[in-house]
Amino acid sequence: MDFDDTPEEAAFRAEARAWIQANAPTHLEAELKRAGFASSGIESEDPMAASKAWQKKKAEAGWACLNWPKEYGGGARSPIERVIWGQEEGVYGSLSSPFIIGHGMCGPTVMAWASEDHKRRLLPPLASGEEIWCQLFSEPAGGSDLAGLRTSAVKADDGSGDWIINGQKIWTSGAQHSQWGLLITRTNPDAPKHKGLTMFFLSMSTPGVEVRPIKQANGQSGFNEVYFTDVRIPDDQRLGAVGQGWEVSLTTLMNERLSIGSGMSTGFPELFEFCLEAEVDGRPAVDDSAVRSRLAQFAVKQSGLKYTGMRAITALSKGETPGPENSIGKLVAGATMQELAMFALDLQGQAGVVQDESSPMNARFQQILMRSPATRIEGGSDEILRNIIGERVLGLPGDIRVDKDVPFRDIPTSGRK
Amino acid sequence: MNLDFSDDQKQLQDQIRRFLSEKCTPAVVRSGLEGGEPFARDLYRGLAEMGVLGVAIPEAYGGVGLSHLELCLAAEELGRALAPVPVASSIYLAAEFLLQAGSEAQKKAWLPRLASGEAVGTFAFVEGQGRMTPDKVAAAVRDGRLSGAKSPVADGDIADLAIVAARSGAGRGEQAISLFLVELNGPGVTRETLASIDPTRSQARLAFEGAPAERLGGEGEGWAIASQVMDRAAILMAFEQVGGADRALSMARDYALDRMAFGRQIGSFQAIKHMLADMYVSATLARSNGYYGAWALASGSSELPVAAATARVSATQAFQHCAKNNIQVHGGMGFTWAFDCHLFYRRSNALALALGSLSTWEDMLITRLQGANTQAA
Repeated sequence: MDFDDTPEEAAFRAEARAWIQANAPTHLEAELKRAGFASSGIESEDPMAASKAWQKKKAEAGWACLNWPKEYGGGARSPIERVIWGQEEGVYGSLSSPFIIGHGMCGPTVMAWASEDHKRRLLPPLASGEEIWCQLFSEPAGGSDLAGLRTSAVKADDGSGDWIINGQKIWTSGAQHSQWGLLITRTNPDAPKHKGLTMFFLSMSTPGVEVRPIKQANGQSGFNEVYFTDVRIPDDQRLGAVGQGWEVSLTTLMNERLSIGSGMSTGFPELFEFCLEAEVDGRPAVDDSAVRSRLAQFAVKQSGLKYTGMRAITALSKGETPGPENSIGKLVAGATMQELAMFALDLQGQAGVVQDESSPMNARFQQILMRSPATRIEGGSDEILRNIIGERVLGLPGDIRVDKDVPFRDIPTSGRK
Repeated sequence: MNLDFSDDQKQLQDQIRRFLSEKCTPAVVRSGLEGGEPFARDLYRGLAEMGVLGVAIPEAYGGVGLSHLELCLAAEELGRALAPVPVASSIYLAAEFLLQAGSEAQKKAWLPRLASGEAVGTFAFVEGQGRMTPDKVAAAVRDGRLSGAKSPVADGDIADLAIVAARSGAGRGEQAISLFLVELNGPGVTRETLASIDPTRSQARLAFEGAPAERLGGEGEGWAIASQVMDRAAILMAFEQVGGADRALSMARDYALDRMAFGRQIGSFQAIKHMLADMYVSATLARSNGYYGAWALASGSSELPVAAATARVSATQAFQHCAKNNIQVHGGMGFTWAFDCHLFYRRSNALALALGSLSTWEDMLITRLQGANTQAA
């Protein structure tokens, strides 16, 4: 047991570190370090331009999408090298946030299902950050129950083979910045719901696509609604067979849970620092026995996630696939950061209600409080994640489905019982 | 990065698991519960013959001379099997005290006997209610004779040797405490078995009236040595707790698959499924924290105090969580004497208090994180 690199890993780390030191946008380092929770932190220049510039530089030197094949714009590196790169990239890694959906979810799906021509056209600009992708999956009627989606794709009656799309997507991250979207639709409402779905990709500038930002509960707008009105997509932009959309979507969702869950912080280091400085009854908060007990609870969760991650990295380092223990990451981190934020505000007393520049730690805990409800829902809600652990890890039976073999059009919905 | 045990170590773990699943049957575990002796002597002898007791004791002292990593995995299996044997008292504690602070003569006298299972050791520390502090130690040694009482002492009624924390010399506070070796079969020792929440392991009250006592380690160093050894033992015990949590979880899972209600397997209900998922989460966090502890223990890292408290807090919670919900999943049957659920519930709550309560270790964890923070700054 050790936390050391193998000689090969150490050599790769040194190479990555040297390149980052020579090429990273060091003028942004201070801003990135100061960044608040759920905000880019870059104010001195256009944050998207900064992200694209760093991504392009990485791609030109072969450091973008490290685990992708070279012909698709990647670095053809091993999974463990990708992890080491992430450790070395450090604070500059947050510049990649506009590309996470594309690199983590859309790219792997395109790689698995698109034609060779499309892969060579679409993947390199995705890797280099020139083109941004979004994932058009969730709908007002299909979130956790994704297969309940209603956006329709119907063959055009002009013999062109094109598909005509009508409907609405929601919770689409980054749609306003995206050139491309990965779109799942219903092509057969007479089939049981998982069997009537088909996946496409489309240009977001296709006529009839309209993006409207959602104003979130915390006042920010990271998500969008996307409306489709008679949007025409050529048949060669279909991924997988007609009716195979559910299977295609699983490629995306597997990658979603892996990329969202890895390396999540719970906010514990910040809370600990705060408790060293804050006072309770005229003494440092950390001296209070109730505070110490809560802190210890948060500490062991943070630590448990950290070392669970290291066990996964160990598996990668040995060339093995990480075990199912990785599935706990987002479930633990989301709930912990929410509890932790409430606790930090409690320690601030009545002043905890204030969220401005006078709030401790740049109002970080207020920001976490207001953002964490989304963490517990996005990319698989806590309840869906517990189902996944229960069914795929522990081998428990699935829930009894009343909608299983029913034609989609006959399934009751909120408006039609 | 290699936060995992080696294939050889895992193979040894498999061997121990197979041995225990054959020899440590429910009847053996229940002996103490049904009025028999809470010490499976044959099982203990078998573990000694396999080299489990001496796995981390150097060959020069009759051990096998492997590492604490192997002992961690042995502990996990003992916890999984609820083995009614005094390994924690005799090996994680008594042998560890001798290894850390014993003179050459003391090591030679006792370690081979502990490794062979011929003698059982324990640590006599606690005196009554509440968190132990130096002020609470009333037991005292004068002119090599110990007087006072210790209660509860795990395995105190069956042990041959106790390491006793007692007052001696002119120091104050922690420096007033030294450690002594006391032969429990010798003069001046009275023992009384205590009723406890977990009768599959014994607890006793030890009374000393002028019992011969030989100092272990320097005068006034007892508290510091004890703290160091209890950290090491906490990591090993965390593995017992992780093993127990894992087994309680798998019992609950199996029952949820087997038991039908409302025309379906109860594991298909989300109320049950999510409870089991949460148990898996606790057990996984505890295992990962345990690995951190194992690394610190085997590598002699300066992070050992933080790692020990982390592993201990996490494992205590996981075992309690899994054991109590195992009963819940089993419903009424889980609360019967005949089902084994209560054995895990009893053990999880007894282990939660051994070596100091959860709140004590939470407090120690924060103290140590503060120390690490100051060092880093």
